Amino acid sequence: MQWEVVIGLETHTQLQTKTKIFSGASTAFGAEPNTQADAVSIALPGVLPVLNREAVQCAIRFGLAIDAEIGRHSVFARKNYFYPDLPKGYQISQFELPVVGKGKITIQVPATGSGQAYEKTINITRAHLEEDAGKSLHGDFHGATGIDLNRAGTPLLEIVTEPDMRSAAEAVAYAKKLHELVQWIGICDGNMQEGSFRCDVNVSVRPKGSDKLGTRREIKNLNSFKFMQQAIEYETRWQIETLEDGGTIQQATVLFNPDTGETRSMRSKEEANDYRYFPDPDLLPLVILEADIEAVRATLPELPEAMKARFEAAYGLPAYDATAITASRGIADYFVTAVNAGAEAKPTANWVMGSVAAKLNEEGKDIDASPVSPLQLAGLLKRIADNTISGKMAKEVFEAMWAGEGDADAIIEQRGLKQVSDSGAIEAIVDEVLAANAAMVEEYKAGKEKAFNGLVGQCMKASKGKANPAQVNEVLKKKLAG
Amino acid sequence: MINASLKDLATALGAKQISSVELTQLFLDRIDRLNPEINAYVTLDADRSLAQAAAADALIAQGRFGPLTGIPFAQKDIFCAKGWRTTCGSKMLENFIAPYDAHIISQFDAAGAVNLGKTNMDEFAMGSSNETSYFGKVQNPWDRTRVPGGSSGGSAAAVAARLAPAATGTDTGGSIRQPASLCGLSGLKPTYGVCSRYGMIAFASSLDQAGPMAKSAEDLALMLNVMAGFDSRDSTSLQREKEDYTRDLNKPLAGLRIGLPREYFAEGLNAGVAKVVMDAIDQYRKLGAETVDISLPNTQLSIPVYYVLAPAEASSNLSRYDGVRYGHRAAEYTDLLDMYSKSRAEGFGAEVKRRILIGTYVLSAGYYDAYYLKAQQLRRLIAQDFTEAFKQCDVIMGPAAPGTAFKTGEKTDDPVAMYLEDLYTIAVNLAGLPGMSVPAGFADGLPVGLQIIGNYFSEARMLNVGHQYQQVTDWHTRMPEGI
Repeated sequence: MQWEVVIGLETHTQLQTKTKIFSGASTAFGAEPNTQADAVSIALPGVLPVLNREAVQCAIRFGLAIDAEIGRHSVFARKNYFYPDLPKGYQISQFELPVVGKGKITIQVPATGSGQAYEKTINITRAHLEEDAGKSLHGDFHGATGIDLNRAGTPLLEIVTEPDMRSAAEAVAYAKKLHELVQWIGICDGNMQEGSFRCDVNVSVRPKGSDKLGTRREIKNLNSFKFMQQAIEYETRWQIETLEDGGTIQQATVLFNPDTGETRSMRSKEEANDYRYFPDPDLLPLVILEADIEAVRATLPELPEAMKARFEAAYGLPAYDATAITASRGIADYFVTAVNAGAEAKPTANWVMGSVAAKLNEEGKDIDASPVSPLQLAGLLKRIADNTISGKMAKEVFEAMWAGEGDADAIIEQRGLKQVSDSGAIEAIVDEVLAANAAMVEEYKAGKEKAFNGLVGQCMKASKGKANPAQVNEVLKKKLAG
Repeated sequence: MINASLKDLATALGAKQISSVELTQLFLDRIDRLNPEINAYVTLDADRSLAQAAAADALIAQGRFGPLTGIPFAQKDIFCAKGWRTTCGSKMLENFIAPYDAHIISQFDAAGAVNLGKTNMDEFAMGSSNETSYFGKVQNPWDRTRVPGGSSGGSAAAVAARLAPAATGTDTGGSIRQPASLCGLSGLKPTYGVCSRYGMIAFASSLDQAGPMAKSAEDLALMLNVMAGFDSRDSTSLQREKEDYTRDLNKPLAGLRIGLPREYFAEGLNAGVAKVVMDAIDQYRKLGAETVDISLPNTQLSIPVYYVLAPAEASSNLSRYDGVRYGHRAAEYTDLLDMYSKSRAEGFGAEVKRRILIGTYVLSAGYYDAYYLKAQQLRRLIAQDFTEAFKQCDVIMGPAAPGTAFKTGEKTDDPVAMYLEDLYTIAVNLAGLPGMSVPAGFADGLPVGLQIIGNYFSEARMLNVGHQYQQVTDWHTRMPEGI
């Protein structure tokens, strides 16, 4: 039987507010345990939550970026369960009326061995504000568990998709796109190691062509795209094998173990909590006015889709390049800075997508941390454009720049890489080569075209690679014809 | 001095006839003598109280004083007060020293008032007799074999026994008005949102409201001036212009329209109480008021609605007492669940457990719509009853409680009988309205309170109505014997 996998994501993004969602405590990461836990974070008797406006503005920002309805009247609800790092015994979240309603995100799914790259629109069901829990520390506490409440009360926007994805590749493409978007609009730092961006993935399988959803299992807390890919692929295989062996899938929450590459059931539906949601009587309904939305809209940066269209029109970039260049704000800024410094657009795009991306990827660096600045890249591209160096030499110069040897001009000068374009000098080299290779000249004249390439090679060798190849070709042809 | 009004105390302090330290010491001495039996206070800290009094004396000496400066007040043990043990009447918080001040406490501090001590109360304010307190029952000063009412029973007994000039209380379903009625005091529950709930330990957040308990309506007005006001730390606190609640005290009552809900004079009301209330209303007629028969048709629903909503909120509000960060933790346990179960089983009393169970049940999947949602809908109907009624009258009057103070232990085995104590007060909380009880006489030698219910934000008018009555009656000046 042919199987189809159906995937939906729930993503917790930590919002970049200075203070917590319901108190004035700092949200900075990495402080000594419990130094950022105020009376509200600890849930002392008698304390009350007060909503942080900045968190609401982040939610509106996201809603506008995905063209969603903004809930004009949303309600905070209590999600009740006991856990040591949940100080109140309930999490303040949104249940029936979320702040962001239906929206959509367009993703680019990269080409694979068997398939072409394609675009797809993923529907967003909702996004809601809630508070993060603290952390349980299983370190050296004499057999006990330590509780750090610094994170308790950090604002989260939980973004929920429809079950629209049909492969691990689509899920990862969506997660990456969302990851870029929340950073692009400045609501989340995207730091996955620190837990600022965490994904829960719902996976089910069904016979291809069926319109009924299979029973889903939820993979919790994936904090890397690589693990997400592995976890979904494993989970999909496991579910298909289970069904093909005549088994059934039980609704469950599972965890992915990166060491074994397997998912393991954490709790079944029967063990699931009854969260007893009800509207939080300590908080009034959140009312968002048109003016609030417009105020946020005025501060929204140009979004990737709009920027992509502008790059196609203004720089003549092909759609593929424009998409790649606007994949993140960092890449787009890098590109624009290089072009504004005098580099031609298309070659800049090629280099950014090519050598720069490859090196960054190799070293696991972000474009903001690129050792070659956009101004340095522009300096290099200008030397290619004015024929000072060949494309081959440019690679060498780029490597040197990456290694920190300075700007392109200095490296070209220092290494003597300047291309020889002086026609007199080139004619002298050609004459010398023709005189020394009479046999090859004869072969060429006898109709052996290949001999011509051999002569070019000899000229380049004689010039130590510095001769302008186009000029060598031209002079050689002229002399042989004469 | 122990019978003096707040106004007279302020005058005496200002005229240096007595110092705050002397006044505070006077009450501390009385507490020393009477509290071991009455048990109105659960925590005393004479050094702190006297230090505050000395500071108040310094202010008075500099001529920097307001109406409450230097006057000692008893604070219900539901308000967190920095450095004070704050128990909420529970074993769960037996050793909890509050590290911060409730808004109400800061307001009294800012006014230069003295904190005389923390008063006994039903555990987490759940009760109508003060018998659910972990710290023991409180005697009603009018008859030591009887309860003072609850949950602000300690505050009521303290003022009635003249162990404090006045006290704070909180009222979720009648916890200020019913004990005020049973102890012969004046007590006011303001409109929901008038007093900040910050630092007031939550029972049922949508119903809880702090208020003053004192001898007279005038005292209540002076205290409310300090207690009321917007606080950005409570999202349900109302942003309103500061009011002077004494401003209308002396207005004549001619033309006042008093609504008498027929449901408040029906079955369940003690005949002696009914007579006292009707006599009081006659007195109002003499003052120029007219009466209007009104109906609050959903009155009977208020107790069932309340006993869905209040426990629902309480079950969630009390989840923070898990033994993890503060409060009682069982001495021995095998794992996390065992620690939770044992700590909570040991830390909470029977009534609190009962309400947590009810609340958890009504919020559970499959029951939420039938109980919680239904109760919310009915709550709106109950509030609408009052909106309709106030089209015909300015204030509503009736009994504050169905009977007088009952015997200790009389209703402890019958929770429903206990819940019926709040029959006339609960609807006011559900509607978020202000309600007041003023002493109106005695039935079988025990005090009876007249309840005055006003429209939203009509506290000044209600206090005027209470004060005018107290100008022509002396019930509020009566004092129990043997104290």
